[in-house]
Amino acid sequence: MIRIVLPAHLRNLARVESEVQVEVAGLVTLQSVLTALETSYPVLLGTLRDQVTGQRRPYVRFFACSEDLSHESPDAPLPETVASGKEPFLIVGAIAGG
Amino acid sequence: MSTVRVLVGTRKGAFLLTADGKRDRWDISGPHFAGWEIYHMKGSPAEPNRLYASQSTGWFGQLVQRSNDGGKTWEPVGNKFAYDGVPGTHQWYDGTPHPWEFKRVWHLEPSLSDPDTVYAGIEDAAIFRTTDGGKSWHELAGLRGHGSGPRWQPGAGGLCLHTIILDPSNAKRIFIAISAAGAFRTDDGGESWKPITRGLRSVYLPDPTAEVGHCVHHIAMHRLRPGVLFMQKHWEVMRSDDAGDSWRDVSGNLPGDQVVHPDKEGNTRKFDLKGFGFVIDVHAHEPETVYVVPIKSDSQHFPPEGKLRVYRSRTGGYEWEPLGKGLPEADCYVNVLRDAMAVDSLDKCGVYFGTTGGQVYASADAGESWAPIVRDLPAVLSVEVQTLP
Repeated sequence: MIRIVLPAHLRNLARVESEVQVEVAGLVTLQSVLTALETSYPVLLGTLRDQVTGQRRPYVRFFACSEDLSHESPDAPLPETVASGKEPFLIVGAIAGG
Repeated sequence: MSTVRVLVGTRKGAFLLTADGKRDRWDISGPHFAGWEIYHMKGSPAEPNRLYASQSTGWFGQLVQRSNDGGKTWEPVGNKFAYDGVPGTHQWYDGTPHPWEFKRVWHLEPSLSDPDTVYAGIEDAAIFRTTDGGKSWHELAGLRGHGSGPRWQPGAGGLCLHTIILDPSNAKRIFIAISAAGAFRTDDGGESWKPITRGLRSVYLPDPTAEVGHCVHHIAMHRLRPGVLFMQKHWEVMRSDDAGDSWRDVSGNLPGDQVVHPDKEGNTRKFDLKGFGFVIDVHAHEPETVYVVPIKSDSQHFPPEGKLRVYRSRTGGYEWEPLGKGLPEADCYVNVLRDAMAVDSLDKCGVYFGTTGGQVYASADAGESWAPIVRDLPAVLSVEVQTLP
């Protein structure tokens, strides 16, 4: 079970109050986690990555275990502590715009 | 007694303002979608409690929301806007080719007859349509395929398709406007489009009478006179009596600006240009009565002399009268954006507009006097009005 913490706007949109949990079959990667999240919460489609290009939105960042994973390959495995549910996977809206 | 519902999109959410036909006591509902930019909201003429809203942020992109109960509850619908085929390029500000990229929905125009059919005007400029209540959106690609698309260039706000007008007398005719490509019309339901810019003159263009490149800010039509269009261009208010085939300047005595610009021969000249502004609308019952809000030049974007004034022409242009009773007399430096004026269809016609200062002003007597409905909303991006039985 993967634990995911969403930024406030997306928690409101998904109508969840705290972290969400999703199941990922097979290798736990950025791609598989985001796909599982979008499958469980279709309202998030397009909010994290462009629906046409699949690219991460410029002001969306991914963190886990105090590491910025935003620029990792979408197919690279996430840390074992994320895959095991010990650490949450953080989706963060960049602090920008004043 | 009739009810009036004013749909207000702002930089930080949506607000619904409702009143009975007297229009003197208002209920305020909102913010809906707090913290999100609501570029536009509009109700279906065929089913007035069906509302559509364009919700976006720079962080999380675009959503489209739909309500089936007049805005009490909302549900997100489809938000995938994929250009048809290979998108290609338009011109960037510096004239270099720039790939077409979806950024946001500026305007939602529900069909006059089918609540599930809606047109969306987007940035980078294109028109999309849904026929399933917003679940899926498909580009009417003939517009960008007109041939001039690679020459379109963004205005200061982006390359946005911001105006969509459906002809109530001809289901296959649609008018659209793009900053800063100009205005176009289809007569075959969106398959093919042609520029409707003959008569426009823009001194800031290398060719002031070019077919494309004019910064058209907004267009308005009276439903009983669909061949008559009024345009608020960057500078100048224009009028067409032949469905856009030709235009003439009806700025008349509107306030103006002196602009210094090279002419075609490269000589620096001073031009006296009238009527810079963004909004324009037509009285619900008088097709020759038109409203605009003049703004001081494109470099200042606030009312002349700090006095907020609506100007009304009752002669279809040329002659304009300032209307300021109840509006700020001094020290007012707000703007009124292109989609932020609307009228109701009561007798007397109500006129409404919102400002970047967060005020929504209403006149229940066709502009003779004004009062704020609300004063302290976030910057207002759009105002639409529904007159409900």
